[in-house]
Amino acid sequence: MTARLPERPGEVIDRSSSLPFRWNGGDYTGMAGDTIVSALAASGVRVLSRSFKYRRPRGVMTADFNDPNCLFQVGDEPNVRAAHRLLEPGMDTSSQTSWPSLRFDAKAATQALSPFLGPGFYYKTFMRPRFLWPVYQRVLRTFAAGGKPSPQPGHSSPDKRYAHPDVLVAGGGPAGMMAAISAAERGARVMLVDEQHETGGYLRWSDSDGRLALADLRTRLAAADVEVLTDSVVFGRYDHNWVGVMQRSHPQGERLIKARAGVLVVAPGLIERPLAFEGNDLPGVVLSGAARRLLNLYAVRPGTRAVVLSANAEGAAAAADLADAGVEIAAFVDARAGETVVRAKGRTGVRSVELTGGKTVEADLLVTATGWTAPTALLNMAGVVPTFDPESSRFVPGEMPDDVMATGGIVGDGSVADLLSHAAAVGQEAARRSGHKAVHKAAAIPAAAALAPPSKEPVELPTLEPEPHPPLFIGSTSGFIDFSEDVTTKDITAAADEGYRSLELAKRYTTATMGPTQGKLEVINAGVAHAIATGRAIAGMGTTTWRPPYAPVSLGALAGRMLEPVRHSPLQPYHERVGAQPIVAGQWIRPNHYGDPAAEVTAVRSSVGVIDVSPLGKIELRGRDVPKLLELVYTNKWSKLAVGSVRYGIMCAEDGVVMDDGVTARFAEDRYMMTTTSSGAAGVYDWLEEWLATAHPDWDVRLTAMTDAYASMNVAGPESRALLERLVEGIELDAESFPHMHVRTGTVAGVADCFLWRLGFTGELSFEVHVPAGYGLHVWEALLEQGADLGAVPFGLEAQRIMRLEKGHFIVGQDTDGLTRAHSTGLSTLINSDKPDFSGKQELEWSEADSGTMLVALQPEDPAVVPPEASQVLSGNTLVGRITSSRMSPTLGRSICLAQLTQDHAAPGTVVTVHLPDRTRVRARVMEHHAHFDPEGSRLRG
Amino acid sequence: MLLIDCPYCGPRNGSEFAWQGVPSPRPDPASTTPLEWRRYLYEEDNLAGWVEERWKHRSGCRAYLIIERHTATNEIRAVRLLGGTPL
Ligand SMILES: [Zn+2]
Repeated sequence: MTARLPERPGEVIDRSSSLPFRWNGGDYTGMAGDTIVSALAASGVRVLSRSFKYRRPRGVMTADFNDPNCLFQVGDEPNVRAAHRLLEPGMDTSSQTSWPSLRFDAKAATQALSPFLGPGFYYKTFMRPRFLWPVYQRVLRTFAAGGKPSPQPGHSSPDKRYAHPDVLVAGGGPAGMMAAISAAERGARVMLVDEQHETGGYLRWSDSDGRLALADLRTRLAAADVEVLTDSVVFGRYDHNWVGVMQRSHPQGERLIKARAGVLVVAPGLIERPLAFEGNDLPGVVLSGAARRLLNLYAVRPGTRAVVLSANAEGAAAAADLADAGVEIAAFVDARAGETVVRAKGRTGVRSVELTGGKTVEADLLVTATGWTAPTALLNMAGVVPTFDPESSRFVPGEMPDDVMATGGIVGDGSVADLLSHAAAVGQEAARRSGHKAVHKAAAIPAAAALAPPSKEPVELPTLEPEPHPPLFIGSTSGFIDFSEDVTTKDITAAADEGYRSLELAKRYTTATMGPTQGKLEVINAGVAHAIATGRAIAGMGTTTWRPPYAPVSLGALAGRMLEPVRHSPLQPYHERVGAQPIVAGQWIRPNHYGDPAAEVTAVRSSVGVIDVSPLGKIELRGRDVPKLLELVYTNKWSKLAVGSVRYGIMCAEDGVVMDDGVTARFAEDRYMMTTTSSGAAGVYDWLEEWLATAHPDWDVRLTAMTDAYASMNVAGPESRALLERLVEGIELDAESFPHMHVRTGTVAGVADCFLWRLGFTGELSFEVHVPAGYGLHVWEALLEQGADLGAVPFGLEAQRIMRLEKGHFIVGQDTDGLTRAHSTGLSTLINSDKPDFSGKQELEWSEADSGTMLVALQPEDPAVVPPEASQVLSGNTLVGRITSSRMSPTLGRSICLAQLTQDHAAPGTVVTVHLPDRTRVRARVMEHHAHFDPEGSRLRG
Repeated sequence: MLLIDCPYCGPRNGSEFAWQGVPSPRPDPASTTPLEWRRYLYEEDNLAGWVEERWKHRSGCRAYLIIERHTATNEIRAVRLLGGTPL
């Protein structure tokens, strides 16, 4: 049975088109311009879904984005607002709640169930016994109303955009359009955002005068150079007019626009409010706006015999449209004359309507025009506190900040001309105010200079006030308040009776306003029902705290593309070519190994290896007062560091906790190079800047970040000197000329301006070569080529980690944590308390006697057992510490560890127990030195 | 998101700036007591109202700024360079 009418003026469908689609397994056709739901309605479908809790049949109710009964699955996309989404040929759609089948009359069953499904039934029913919870979970999942998301990763990568409009208008009805036009005509850059598929708001489905006014507005808007975004929504207003816009109509799917607006003009119009009465959720009970949208936009007849309940001009207009479309008006119930509807009756749809006085009228359509909800969400987010106006039975905006304005229905009622004159003034004033915003300072752009300047004086706004409206919220019978959560008048009353006297708590208890409509249809009725149940005045009803997002936003669109920076060393082409196994180390991607880390260790210990250490943080310090800064940020003594020398130091925060470590070299009288850990580089740089800027602005020190300026490689192993002698010019490499912990500058493999220092993490004779970044790859390849006969190999992070553990060197953040003070590293000799001041000095002095744990080297008695890092260390059954690093040592052929142990278990020779993940235990001994291998350091100094 | 008008860079998103709180003077390291020192390290007044905070334009010019901000409304009424260095 088709419900499609002959051509209607203003319809948005293309009658020459025929779009086949599927719904719940059946074949249907619609037209271009149809929504999924209008196409179904045109095909005569009345029951579109089953309700959330009681499984009641539901049909179209608001025929727009907010329709609570039209959440569909479309292909692999769940939760599609099917009364908004445009039909596309071949769509495969289904109702998300169709159990039991839509045709089955489940009324008897659900009525039997309803006593058990009252407010709080989840809390009351599924609490006990606890062991049944898995069963409950399965049952609840069958009931849950959600769609099915695709298990595949997102097929699109949503984009983001930044925008800087002077004026952003939220709402593209007549007022929003006029505000945009008028602001743009005053030279403002304007963005107009509307949730519908076309601009025009209610004029789209109104009468011929409305359509004429709309045509005129569209012409002016097109000429006014306004960026118009339809099928888009302003979902949030944040600090300083940071406005979130979701552009649903973008060709790539949704696009998030982060707009910094000079002035935000809020013009969302009004949302029509349903009346709560028995049967108000039956298919065939529709709001007046829905009836007019179906009739005038989609040429769909919503019924054949109608009762119209009207409290305002919209009801009369809907009745006129229905009559015009050939729908018989069985009764026109004038709420302003005190008449109303008692209940709607029927099983899978309205069959009859009972009016005041007991008269029952047969009808398959009940249209209600009973009032408005002001969608004040964006105003609330801007800190505005709307107040309830009992005269007009709706909320009105309160005092506004300078950068937010409102116009249109949310402000007041009037003729189209009244709204337009208010909006025009608001647009002018918004342009004027935005001209004084910081965002406009950049208007030295030539094009901007050509535009008309905004007015200088504040623009006077004409009066626009809400008209009186009868208070129609809750009928004499109990009906649905929240259609998406199945909450009735009775449920709210029951919650109040159970003691939920706070509206906010009652909402949470009953879940009213918690469903997909998020209060847009039900918040006022819920508040009124609760006020009545608790004997309070409706006028005192507080405003809801509307939080972003105003409309649903998909997580994929918020996430957008991955934009995390990734850093590679200049030697990356080599690592890729030889297939190095990468590891993520902070922002850096580094080679973990080149095939066999243990073999890399052996090669370094027996001949020579080269590791890429380019991510090492490097900061150049220049100036007279660098020694003062070094004394302040390191715990040890620095003032006597000679030119050409390198020293190791630990940095502590002012609470004495180890923050970073590294070496600093002195190149010249007033020129130093500091190194930091790779992950600590940015933080240390920040910290040095902070000391200089806030505590010692008088010091002569300049910092330059050099990490990326050099490719750094450590040449380590007994043959490292022999290898470098083949490549280095201008530096004597013998132990006397170039001792351990010294720095030299010279030429390497023909590359000038390199610097080398003698030190390393591996404990072998080693030279760290720092090469201007662009020549890094050349030097690296030369080292491996020239060292081939010496057995030179590249080694990765893992081999270095093994070797440093063999040598007992700790890693900040691995062997220390956010509570490890410097004494606990076992390097107290590096804490110089003779210095008058250094960062952390005070706390280190106060805590010296009791510095918590101590870092020690530990060897399991069973050399084959490698306790995993973070394993607990016990003494008897008392927890005394944890393993911080552990590896199998290829050099020693046994397992080795570093551990943090309490002071009384840190003495060499102490035997403790390590608790392993398989619940077995292994005994381990505290070693005399941190270094498991070559504790005297003779290899290093060779 | 806040909009902060950096004296060097002009109005920039708040995400470019690092918040460092209301600066408290570092006690004299020679004579400080544990109580005084830990107040300096850990305690914030956390006022609801106008405060003068230190910020750093970390992802911009890296200048240290003193910003007068209302902590309840996030209104910003003054941004100046730390130490009042003229531009
Ligand atoms: Zn800046």
